[in-house]
Amino acid sequence: MSDFSVEQIKNLHKRFEQLSGNEETISRENLENIPALANNPIRRQIIGAFFDKRNQHQNEVGSFEEIGFEQFLMVMSHFRPPTLKTTEEERETMRKEKLRFLFNMHDTDNDGTITLEEYRKAVEELLSKSGAIGQEAAKAIADAAMLEVASTNVPHMAPDDFYEGITFEHFEQILKGLEMESRMHIRFLDVDTTTMHCGRSTS
Amino acid sequence: VVAVCNISSQNRTRMGLNTGHGSSIKEVPIVTFKWHHVETPYLIALWILVAGLAKMVIEANHHVTNVIPESALLICFGFILGGMVWGADKVQTFTLTPTVFFFYLLPQIILDAGYFMPNKLFFGNMGAILIYAIIGTCWNAASLGLSLWGCHKGGAMGDLDIGLLQYLLFGSLMAAVDPVAVIAVFEQVHVNEVLFILVFGESLLNDGVTVVLFNVFDAFVSLGGSQIDAVEIIKGIISFFVVAFGGSLLGFVFGLLVSLLTRCTKNIQIIEPGFIFVLGYLAYLTAEMLSLSAILSIVFCGVCCQKYINANMDEKSVSTVRYTMKVLANGSETMIFVFLGISAIDKTIWVWNTGFILLTLLFIMVYRFIGVFFLTWILNRYRLVPIGFIDQVIMSYGGLRGAVAYGLAVMLDENKIKEKNLMISTTLIVVYFTVIFQGITMKPLVTWLKVKRAAVTELTLIEKVQNKVFDHVLVAIEDISGQIGHNYMRDKWNYFEEKWMSWALMKPSVRKSRDHVFSVFHQLNLKDAMSYVAEGERRGSLEFIRNESAFIDFKKKFGDEFSEAMPDIMANMSDDHGAASDRRRDPVPSVSLEMHEQTMKGMRETEDINTHHLLQQHLYKGRKQHRHRYSRSHFDVNKDENEVQEIFQRTMRSRLESFKSAKMGVAPPKTISKYSKKDQQQKMPNGKSLDRSKSYYSGDEDFEFSEGDSASGYDASGSTFPMRVTYRAGAGIENPAFMPDMDPMTPIQIPPWLMEAELDSGMVAPSQRAQVRLPWTPSNLRRLAPFRASAQSNDSFMLADAPATQQRDDEELPPPPSPPPPPSNRDGGYM
Repeated sequence: MSDFSVEQIKNLHKRFEQLSGNEETISRENLENIPALANNPIRRQIIGAFFDKRNQHQNEVGSFEEIGFEQFLMVMSHFRPPTLKTTEEERETMRKEKLRFLFNMHDTDNDGTITLEEYRKAVEELLSKSGAIGQEAAKAIADAAMLEVASTNVPHMAPDDFYEGITFEHFEQILKGLEMESRMHIRFLDVDTTTMHCGRSTS
Repeated sequence: VVAVCNISSQNRTRMGLNTGHGSSIKEVPIVTFKWHHVETPYLIALWILVAGLAKMVIEANHHVTNVIPESALLICFGFILGGMVWGADKVQTFTLTPTVFFFYLLPQIILDAGYFMPNKLFFGNMGAILIYAIIGTCWNAASLGLSLWGCHKGGAMGDLDIGLLQYLLFGSLMAAVDPVAVIAVFEQVHVNEVLFILVFGESLLNDGVTVVLFNVFDAFVSLGGSQIDAVEIIKGIISFFVVAFGGSLLGFVFGLLVSLLTRCTKNIQIIEPGFIFVLGYLAYLTAEMLSLSAILSIVFCGVCCQKYINANMDEKSVSTVRYTMKVLANGSETMIFVFLGISAIDKTIWVWNTGFILLTLLFIMVYRFIGVFFLTWILNRYRLVPIGFIDQVIMSYGGLRGAVAYGLAVMLDENKIKEKNLMISTTLIVVYFTVIFQGITMKPLVTWLKVKRAAVTELTLIEKVQNKVFDHVLVAIEDISGQIGHNYMRDKWNYFEEKWMSWALMKPSVRKSRDHVFSVFHQLNLKDAMSYVAEGERRGSLEFIRNESAFIDFKKKFGDEFSEAMPDIMANMSDDHGAASDRRRDPVPSVSLEMHEQTMKGMRETEDINTHHLLQQHLYKGRKQHRHRYSRSHFDVNKDENEVQEIFQRTMRSRLESFKSAKMGVAPPKTISKYSKKDQQQKMPNGKSLDRSKSYYSGDEDFEFSEGDSASGYDASGSTFPMRVTYRAGAGIENPAFMPDMDPMTPIQIPPWLMEAELDSGMVAPSQRAQVRLPWTPSNLRRLAPFRASAQSNDSFMLADAPATQQRDDEELPPPPSPPPPPSNRDGGYM
């Protein structure tokens, strides 16, 4: 949590005040009103994650109505990039935290498993912006993805078995191959920093 | 596009001499041996064949290629061939000339690289790639040239007539890492993707840079040292940027052109793959003509057009493009390496200067390391995910030089550069050293340093979904934290691309259905289907194929007729179609669930009904496609009347048998029904397969009133059949079961004449009609609808063997449940 530099915290605090309108706390409306978010299909889930007590690592469940700067920072800290000094162990922890964050985003009812219903909903929302892919197809994709998890983790399922949903262990298992180290990071710098990476991405 | 060998230029004179024949013949020759007449193309073809055979021999033994990369082996093979030619001719007849290399061998390799470029990765690391490609190459060129010059002044290489500018020219031609060599080596090593794209991207772009640098220095050399002042140098720098960015822009324009063109090629599908190659080549030549960077031009042409042409073109054309691309690129690559080897066996080019050659080798290595480490150090201060030390070592070590350097060296002007042959020999030595020695040691080094390899992962759907979630989360977090970062920019670009570029460059019909997640889903389903077929064939239980394909024909041709002629049969079949159309309300989950369960359970239940239907469709199609008549522009499906008639008769017989046995309570001959029962019991407790079992029941519920569907179902299946043969790439989906939303689009494209043809051809012999009358009057005749074509039911023939199931259900659930509300969109007829 303290991995943010003073400068970064200052910047984030500035942004926090800007979002909250110089209040102590941020509410959902504050975040929903960010114009850039308007096109994001999973906006609801992401905003939800900010108000999710599980992402505060305090062993609490439920959700906040409003969050203060500390909580805001805590959620943001999931996205800090590793440095060259980060040890292998720390990397592993970071990876786990990130996965947990994603998992919590899908597991809306806090019961430790992503059920088919929850997953379908997530996928539907995710694909809701991609034109012709209807609900049916989204549902199908969710089902197929779910089956993948089931078949990877419970290879010899008896015919009568019922796969309740994706637990965190299974989630971790199935996303083992996912390149996380180079992803899911945000550079927290000055507010108006453009990185070098995107210089020619429009060419 | 033909890879033309270097021989052409040498033989042209002989060809010219030979054309004067014909005037002095004394008698009519029956057969003449006209070697000179065909010499050039014949030799070209022979060399291509030899190179191909060489590759075949080399690839025959994987124990060798595991240790020594193929490129090195090809070069060695070239040595042997060159030795043979030298032994025969006492002169090296065949060498790699710059014209052949730059005009006929290189373009397709670069186009291939551009076309298959992983765009996201490439643009994601664009900053780093550009830094390495531009600054790194300039650094390599300058440092090598200056150091050699310094050593020359220090007296390390004896008496050489090379000035500073010539050294810089030599440095610039040696500076570039060669994409051909790099791909050849790195492809076999499987390093992680970021490392790969850095090396690969750099090697691609710096080829452009090095050609530009070479031209600038070449101009400087021509001017002579005294003429060069600040203005000329500034001009040189400006021309560098103009050439590089102009070339990229030109490629971009050509990419857009190709994309636009493929929007309107649907009537000439046979030749549409050709456009990609021709326009790509034109992009290269145009850039060359305008003295812009041709390599950059063709790279960006490939990079820009890939998405749109893949979407616009027919799926078959896309595969054609992919394969042709690979054939050409791989062939050229083989030729290049073989000829690099052959070129060495030539006494006239070898000039040995130990100091010059060894110092060049040393400096190349050292400065490559210094350059990479220094640039990475700078980059790592800005990079989100820093490039590790080991990756830097591999990057430096992967600085292979190749044919581009050799091609440029041969292009040197002997009048201006006295030591041209020394430079060529040095270049060859460097190429051999890097490709052979570094190529061989690369793999052990990667293993020894424990370089992070590319994870060999299977394509999984959940991963793709999560990737998408990632992207959106990242953008959202950047938005919330108020940063304008990498993700933000990418999101904006994607938005722009979706909204404008796709709008302009993609066919309207395919624009919407292009989603990565969905295409993965589609691919996985296809894979499952294929593995299912493989499994079925292994077990030798593909009997259903024969019967069912025939049955489909029956329905296609005679369905409408029989809805009147044989109400009883039709009634029976209408049940399936009721089931079919009902199931179609939720077909995708059931299919997909089944497919995956199939794999999951180790293919235990081969008789799975859904998979089964799915496959029938594929296999059926395959069978039909075997029989096309010759036509240059069309693949025609067989429509032989007699055959259809015969199929029909056979089918009717088998249908009747199964029908009778089912009605009389005898167990149906097929095992499918047995399975379906088992299936229900099995999957019911399993929450996921609810859709599936529901669809079965709903089929039952529809029992009473689905008469209309039967007719419409048949017609639709019949009329849409030709559409299946032309696989529509745009949709990317051919199986309606996967994509219910696509269905309404299909019938629109059926030409009206085709519909009529279906109707007209439905003539049936009366004896057959009589034959099929059964002493049983169905109660559900009242809904016998007039001929209608349903937009939704064109996949109904997939359920061809469901009647067995249906009847089984009848027996077990005596009173058919009262009809549920019919699916509203089912009968959306269009006639």
